[in-house]
Amino acid sequence: MPATEQDFLNNPLGKNPTIEDVLDGFEFLDDWEERYAFIIDLGKQLPAFPDDARIEENYVHGCQSQVWLISHYDEASGKLYLLIDSDAIIVRGLAAMILVALNDKSPRDLLATDIDELFERLDLFRHISPTRGNGLRAMIGKIRDIASTQAA
Amino acid sequence: MNDLSVANTATRKAFDVHAIRRDFPILSQQVNGKPLVYLDNGASAQKPTAVLDAMDRYYREMHSNVHRGAHTLGDRATTAFEGARETVRSFLNAPSTQEIIWTRGTTEAINLVANGLAPRLNAGDEILVSCMEHHANIVPWQMIAERTGAKVVPIQVTPEGELDLDSFNSLLNDRTRVLAITHVSNVLGTINPVVNMVKQAKARGIITLLDGAQAVPHFQPDVQALGCDFYVFSAHKLFGPTGIGVLYGKAALLEEMPPYQGGGEMIERVSFAGTTWNTLPYKFEAGTPAIAEAVGLGAAIDYVSRLDRKAMEAAENALLERANRLIETVPGMSVIGTAKLKVPVMSFKIEGLHPSDIGTLLDQQGIAIRTGHHCAMPLMDFYGVPGTARASFAFYNTLDEVDQLFTALQKIQRLFA
Repeated sequence: MPATEQDFLNNPLGKNPTIEDVLDGFEFLDDWEERYAFIIDLGKQLPAFPDDARIEENYVHGCQSQVWLISHYDEASGKLYLLIDSDAIIVRGLAAMILVALNDKSPRDLLATDIDELFERLDLFRHISPTRGNGLRAMIGKIRDIASTQAA
Repeated sequence: MNDLSVANTATRKAFDVHAIRRDFPILSQQVNGKPLVYLDNGASAQKPTAVLDAMDRYYREMHSNVHRGAHTLGDRATTAFEGARETVRSFLNAPSTQEIIWTRGTTEAINLVANGLAPRLNAGDEILVSCMEHHANIVPWQMIAERTGAKVVPIQVTPEGELDLDSFNSLLNDRTRVLAITHVSNVLGTINPVVNMVKQAKARGIITLLDGAQAVPHFQPDVQALGCDFYVFSAHKLFGPTGIGVLYGKAALLEEMPPYQGGGEMIERVSFAGTTWNTLPYKFEAGTPAIAEAVGLGAAIDYVSRLDRKAMEAAENALLERANRLIETVPGMSVIGTAKLKVPVMSFKIEGLHPSDIGTLLDQQGIAIRTGHHCAMPLMDFYGVPGTARASFAFYNTLDEVDQLFTALQKIQRLFA
């Protein structure tokens, strides 16, 4: 099924939950099992990714898992909407975490968001650090490129 | 003290895994608040103090360039360096140290051989590899095939993860020039029946190379008994340093092969009218070699040789048996590679989970494994998986660590359920 504008606008991540919601919830959890259960659950809130968008153009080259990314700029609201998918469950969850921080924002607000600092705060930075070949770093780079192009 | 107590002490000394673990300082640390369980030995093994000390001592007491012969330190360095070559020769039971070439590792050794054999290859000639090869034993041959017009032909693998010998037999033909296969699979742990395969190849005049990278950490190969023309391995998987490896090659072939790199050390005489090559093994060792690393590899082999080999192999088999028995305790877990003859390597998948999910959550529990394609994409394609999770054991791993791995996998399985 091809992606419609509505698919993008329906992606709740960023609005519900907001990054403040996530920070409030996540920072309470102290053992790794609860933390990762939270991440896995967040991944389940990602809207379905359209099958016909799984093409080379939308593929984010990582090392292990497959990551897909598409975007839509909404002229009316001036905001950028993103959809993401991965075949690895933890990567899906972390990608959802990234969307909570970056989805449903104007390109300028998106570019002003310090995702590294946020992930440091969540004690998840190593997952997006350049030493991990899981594609999340590349995904963040691609999102920022899209925002830069749109903001220009 | 009677004879019996001496024997008992000797055996205990020879294989007390807890005593052995004290020889590997890196193992006694915490990772993510849990004691480290290191099960990524197939990627790279840890180093005993004996290796660290030998390299440290080399730099503190004897470092200088080798084979220059002008002063005492140079003599000491050369003695240590060539002593390590002799240690490797003895480890492989090679006839002569002339046949032991230092390389940067298995990868460089295979590239060296592939380049050296290029003059023998013509369009339409065939290089036989297998579907379970590491990329290091595929890509160098593909590059040479591109240059010469030869073809790289893969031997098929059975679903259990053994080489399909019918496929091997049917592929041997008058155009086969090279057989290059792995002694032990890095993904599956399979020990291949290389003695018979080499014998069959030799009967047809085919040149044979065995990739021993995953074999040497588990048992000692005898190149004369194997009968192969080339045997290659890396030090870092054999509890030695990174950056050095070994090419064993039969002298006649090494003599025939052109040098791989030009520079100092590998020449006899240089002039603009023409340059002549040094004798073996130096013809293939251009530039200042990795001297401390050679010394470290020598120390690693000495260390492993002091262990009771039989007891060590029995202990490793016990690790694999325990792991095999515990598979059914993790719902949805299945093993890829169930060959009859295996080293303690377990590639697996868990239904519904990506290998990277497994690796990430094992790391949270202090357990290091490898996930991904293991540089063996053709094999991943054969099994139709994006990758596997692989636990690879070494003699310093304990049965308790195997149990911890499975307890951790059960937790992960519950987390995703």
